[in-house]
Amino acid sequence: MTLRRCRVLALLLSLAAGSGQAATLHVDNEGEPGSLDPQKSNNQWDARIQKALFDRLVDVAADGTLIPGLARSWDVSADGTVWTFHLRDARWSDGTPITAEDAVFSLRRLLTPATANRNANLYYAIHNARAVNLGKTPPESLGVDAVDESTLRVTLDHPSGYFLEAMAMAEAAPLPAHVITRGERWITPGNTVVSGAFTLGDWIPQSRLTLDRNPAFYAADTVALDKVVMYPLEDTNDAIRRFRSGRIDLSLAQVPSSRIDWLRTNMPEALQQGPWAGEYFYMFNVRKGPLADARVREALNLVVRRDIITDKILGTGMIPSTRFVPGAVSGQGDATMPGLDAPWPERLSKAKALMKDAGYSPAHPLRLTLRYNTNDDHRKVAVAVAAMWKPLGVETTLYNSEAAVHYAAIHAGQFDVARYGMIATVNDPFDFLGSMAQGGSAAESSGYTNAAFTEAVRESETLASPEARFDALTRAEQQLLDDHAVLPIYEYVASHLVSPRVHGFESNVMDEHPLRFLSITPPTSGE
Amino acid sequence: MLSYILKRLAFAIPTLLIVITISFFLMRVAPGGPFDGERQLPPEIEANLEAVYHLDEPLPMQYLRYMNNLVHGDFGPSFKYKDFSVTELIMQGFPVSLEIGGLAIALALLIGLPLGVIAALKRNSAADYFVMSLALGGIAVPNFVIAPIMALVFGVLLGWLPAGGWNGGAWPNLVLPVVALSIQQIAYIARMMRASMIETLGSHFIRTARAKGLNEMQVVMRHALRPAMLPVVSYLGPAIAGIVTGSVVIEQIFGIPGIGRYFVQGALNRDYTLVMGTVVFYGALIVLMNLLVDLLYSVLDPQIRYDD
Repeated sequence: MTLRRCRVLALLLSLAAGSGQAATLHVDNEGEPGSLDPQKSNNQWDARIQKALFDRLVDVAADGTLIPGLARSWDVSADGTVWTFHLRDARWSDGTPITAEDAVFSLRRLLTPATANRNANLYYAIHNARAVNLGKTPPESLGVDAVDESTLRVTLDHPSGYFLEAMAMAEAAPLPAHVITRGERWITPGNTVVSGAFTLGDWIPQSRLTLDRNPAFYAADTVALDKVVMYPLEDTNDAIRRFRSGRIDLSLAQVPSSRIDWLRTNMPEALQQGPWAGEYFYMFNVRKGPLADARVREALNLVVRRDIITDKILGTGMIPSTRFVPGAVSGQGDATMPGLDAPWPERLSKAKALMKDAGYSPAHPLRLTLRYNTNDDHRKVAVAVAAMWKPLGVETTLYNSEAAVHYAAIHAGQFDVARYGMIATVNDPFDFLGSMAQGGSAAESSGYTNAAFTEAVRESETLASPEARFDALTRAEQQLLDDHAVLPIYEYVASHLVSPRVHGFESNVMDEHPLRFLSITPPTSGE
Repeated sequence: MLSYILKRLAFAIPTLLIVITISFFLMRVAPGGPFDGERQLPPEIEANLEAVYHLDEPLPMQYLRYMNNLVHGDFGPSFKYKDFSVTELIMQGFPVSLEIGGLAIALALLIGLPLGVIAALKRNSAADYFVMSLALGGIAVPNFVIAPIMALVFGVLLGWLPAGGWNGGAWPNLVLPVVALSIQQIAYIARMMRASMIETLGSHFIRTARAKGLNEMQVVMRHALRPAMLPVVSYLGPAIAGIVTGSVVIEQIFGIPGIGRYFVQGALNRDYTLVMGTVVFYGALIVLMNLLVDLLYSVLDPQIRYDD
């Protein structure tokens, strides 16, 4: 778009804003979308826009729970492997009916290798999905079929506890086959056909993206906002300044921890915090060296006082953690790392004894390198943990690097202890535990193996009953914690700036805030 | 003159080729790849992604593919911004950076040149000391300090101007970034202009001009200004290129959709094609700006000719 056209557009927009009483929400969406194609996203901020544009068969309510979306209902066979979705009578924004064929088209496209979807593995339970994704069998062999216009059947190879969660993700949205098959660039303003609560207005990369209420959305009469303007504010301080000057009403980026105290004092009504499905922990490289010794890992765990880190060092409301799966995640059991509830002197003396057993003491110090990705908070935590380890005779060298280098080093197993953060992709314990099981990414990095643990995780994938499944996963988690395979530090809390004029915003475990449930009261004084 | 220009342009090609080649391989030896993140991707998925971007091919092959595309004017697809090609991203970002940078340079010249001249004419007076301390302040305080303070004062506390954003280039959105970007340039230009003007005013042809009975104003405007501007002009070439493509900090702080952000974001994300695209573009711009400066020299200084 040329500059002049941008200017004309801006002028028209400002005129429109002045004349009408349209309910417009101005949102900080954290970053510039990588793609509006729901199957090519890499970020939360991509997915937020995609979900506003494309409804899924399973939708997400304001409190984060799953609700019927384009499917008015669904049922599952007793063995948990055949899912049948009954689509409601809904239409694309161009008036074409949304059919089960669109859903089939979309799921096949999702698993096609050329789409290179990053979350494709979440759908591997579907019959032939992995083979399709590897390019070994054609997409038509995928276990999805349209029984009739409004019935979709998905056949799984084994029960999948998070299948519905996966179906609520942006990538699983039915896509307008009749538009996509016409040509490559189907997702540009003016060219896009959507099913969600909003249509794509204009998009000026790195500047803003506008969503307009979609009159063809099946529940359009329940959508309160006429327009949403999303700004990709990569600088969180920029976001706070714009929020304070009233130019944005809601920030979906995480408030930087350095500003939380200030906001608590000065704008307490605008700061919304709630538990989030994320775990901040230190990963041990257990392949070789001192950390292969479980006694050393236990000792290092025993002397880290999580509450001091969360309350005194950070002070941002994070929750001290003694487990691997955050408590807010659905189905989280009562697993906990043993010994951490003992009185402090007992913990310290036990840790010292363990280190002595393992052959370390202040006279024969254990030398460790603690890696973290460059960030003020990570540095503070690392300094504190190193200080807590010191009485055990541990000499810690801190090493920081930019994120890409940090993660590449972890994935290559080049570390002793490394800071790691895991944010759930789906609200399920498997998302955390699966990564530590054999073949999982975290297990590959840390070198952790335990047959009993992997066995329990694998068992969970065969169980159709949610209770039995969560039991197996809790058993697995307890095993991981008994092995002291990681050093959990805290569970994340999501923090956002929400204007008191914005309604319908609910903190929830996946930190998902569907725009269709938000509303805004007009400003009291003229702007 | 024309043959000189052509010769300079021909020399630019090997220069750019070296820049491209070094950047291409430097980018690849940097640890961490475009798909390294908090969550490691399963090998199947990483393989799919690598195949889409031809990262599964041997490096020399990738280099040849890149050069071949470049010759055809194709910078390739961005790894991160998948809905746009790198060419489109640069073409969207450049006009914005050009507008902000151009205005900042214009403002810097408009204020910096007269300030420098005044300081030179009133050398060692209160006015001189005042201008020079301001200039020293302008150079000493980096724009990542000035910019947030300006945004806080004028955007948040006083509410006169937007605290950030581009809004299609509406003038209220331009003021803070342009001023923030120009402060340092004003300072540099004023100092340079002062020094150069003092030197020029001491030269023989100025004495001759004065001896002819011209008044001070005529001496300065007609005789001293042009030669005194030479160092400023030679500074402008790289400064314009730098400001236009490199106003990274200002673009980040004010959330402006320019090209500088792509450079930084691209490097951090290991978005190889985006980084390469901005490097090529930046390199070409610097070569071009230096050529323009050299040509401008001959206009300002009759002793310089490009005849051969």
